[in-house]
Amino acid sequence: MKKYILDLEVKSVERVHERYVLIRLTDDKPLPEMLPGQFVEVRVDGSSSTFLRRPISINFVDYVSNELWLLVACVGDGTRRLAELQPGDTLNCVLPLGNGFSTQSDGSNGDEKGTLHRVLLTGGGVGVAPLLYLGKVLKEQGVAPTFLLGARSAKDLLMLSEFEKYGRVLVTTEDGSMGEKGFVTNHSVLQQESFDLIQVCGPTPMMKAVARYAHEKGIACEVSLENLMACGLGACLCCVEKVRKESTEASNEVPQTTNVCVCKEGPVFNINRLLWQN
Amino acid sequence: MAKLDVNIGALQLKNPVMTASGTFGYGLEFQDFVELSEIGGIIVKGTTLKPREGNDYPRMAETPQGMLNCVGLQNKGVDYFCEHIYPQLLPTGGNYIVNVSGSSPEDYAECAARVDALANIPAIELNISCPNVRDGGMAFGVTCAGASSVVKAVRQAYHKTLIVKLSPNVTDITEIARAVEAEGADSVSLINTLMGMAVDIEKRKKTLSIGTGGLSGPCVKPVALRMVHQVAKSVKIPVIGLGGISSAKDAIEFLMCGATAIEIGTANFLDPAITIKVRDGINEWLDKHNIADIHEIIGAIQ
Repeated sequence: MKKYILDLEVKSVERVHERYVLIRLTDDKPLPEMLPGQFVEVRVDGSSSTFLRRPISINFVDYVSNELWLLVACVGDGTRRLAELQPGDTLNCVLPLGNGFSTQSDGSNGDEKGTLHRVLLTGGGVGVAPLLYLGKVLKEQGVAPTFLLGARSAKDLLMLSEFEKYGRVLVTTEDGSMGEKGFVTNHSVLQQESFDLIQVCGPTPMMKAVARYAHEKGIACEVSLENLMACGLGACLCCVEKVRKESTEASNEVPQTTNVCVCKEGPVFNINRLLWQN
Repeated sequence: MAKLDVNIGALQLKNPVMTASGTFGYGLEFQDFVELSEIGGIIVKGTTLKPREGNDYPRMAETPQGMLNCVGLQNKGVDYFCEHIYPQLLPTGGNYIVNVSGSSPEDYAECAARVDALANIPAIELNISCPNVRDGGMAFGVTCAGASSVVKAVRQAYHKTLIVKLSPNVTDITEIARAVEAEGADSVSLINTLMGMAVDIEKRKKTLSIGTGGLSGPCVKPVALRMVHQVAKSVKIPVIGLGGISSAKDAIEFLMCGATAIEIGTANFLDPAITIKVRDGINEWLDKHNIADIHEIIGAIQ
């Protein structure tokens, strides 16, 4: 997929939570093709302590209104500066980067290749961001997904009304203030229903817990990793994750694991490739 | 349009802008942003005789106006490069130079010999200055004897343009430069990264997996400029300057301090199209000052 450096125009910046802002961007020209799960490297201007671009996952793309949405967690000076953008400002973006989530079955569950039936999209915190666009694309393909969104408390659940447009929305909160009490892995839907693909984005302990569940149940599972990055293009080799070698590249002389760039070969990985079970 | 072409020994560059090893992949990663054949020279990722997995994650820490890395020469080895990557580079029309590293003089020489056989690779850059590997790397680049031993071995095995990349982590970089010049290096490039460290006060731990890393970015530029100026005065072979170059102005500073060509490194991460912008900016500056040939400014600052 062709990558671009674009000066996008800020249409709006909405504070959706004390720690999160939703930035809506647009451009004079039609936005390029982007896949759910891909990300954008944004340049942060005016923050002396922010040197590198910041990788932000694609929250939503609307080709009708020509909008790209980024859901940004304000964690440091750079992301706080992004939250201060004003309508009409420009945001320099390199996009689209990374591989993205699968939106078709790879046939490994005995399904006919290409078809998905029951897809669970689960996440927590700002990790829910890419699941919105993923849900939209899946629904357009005739697979309305189930969203299972986890948060500490009801007030920490983001963009629920948006998720409801594309599928059923289930919720867990740690304090029980909304939905079922506990973590996403405690939700009753996991006992009551079966899924043929689970796609996860959230804090690492949550992704590992979901991955463990999926592995035990033999359900295909993809997770989106968030390793610290510099270039976002697969050039600097800083964001590596140690993964199993794919059988085609395995040889007897070398170890069966290898370091791959999360920015290029990821950020989405099938859990079978990761070494999380160890 | 000023004349921008320069020579590094027998190596011809259509302009003095090159990419620093490890910051531009194999160029292919940047094809959507720049026309690779327009870049003076593309120095690819450090290549070793055997494949290397590099160091564990985390390998990077952001610093004020820079970053630390401890990638540790992750690469698939010279044979993989020759068989699988080199054929992909040919159609791009890029002027490719291979950065060669090793853990013994024999290693370096063997790796260089295999690159020597590639018709369309006119030069190598010998990395005797990687701060992130235990076995070799910078160990050779911090003493005159070590640097000489590697260059001597490689010079016998490699017949095209030999550039030696110097470490700034030394007492006197001019001594090392003179030592590699005496062994037949055609050029020296400097500086490689400065060894640094970052810590996480909440975890009370070192941030990087191996504790230390190489510092790069605009924060190292004044150090690099000073060293390029010093080395350019003390050797006869052409000097390639690098260290924090992020603009045409930065590049012209290095050229004026005696660099015949420059390399752009970390700035590629901030702007993947920076190489061509720097080339165009140099040209504009020369035109604005009615300078017809870039050689008029090389070494202009005594």
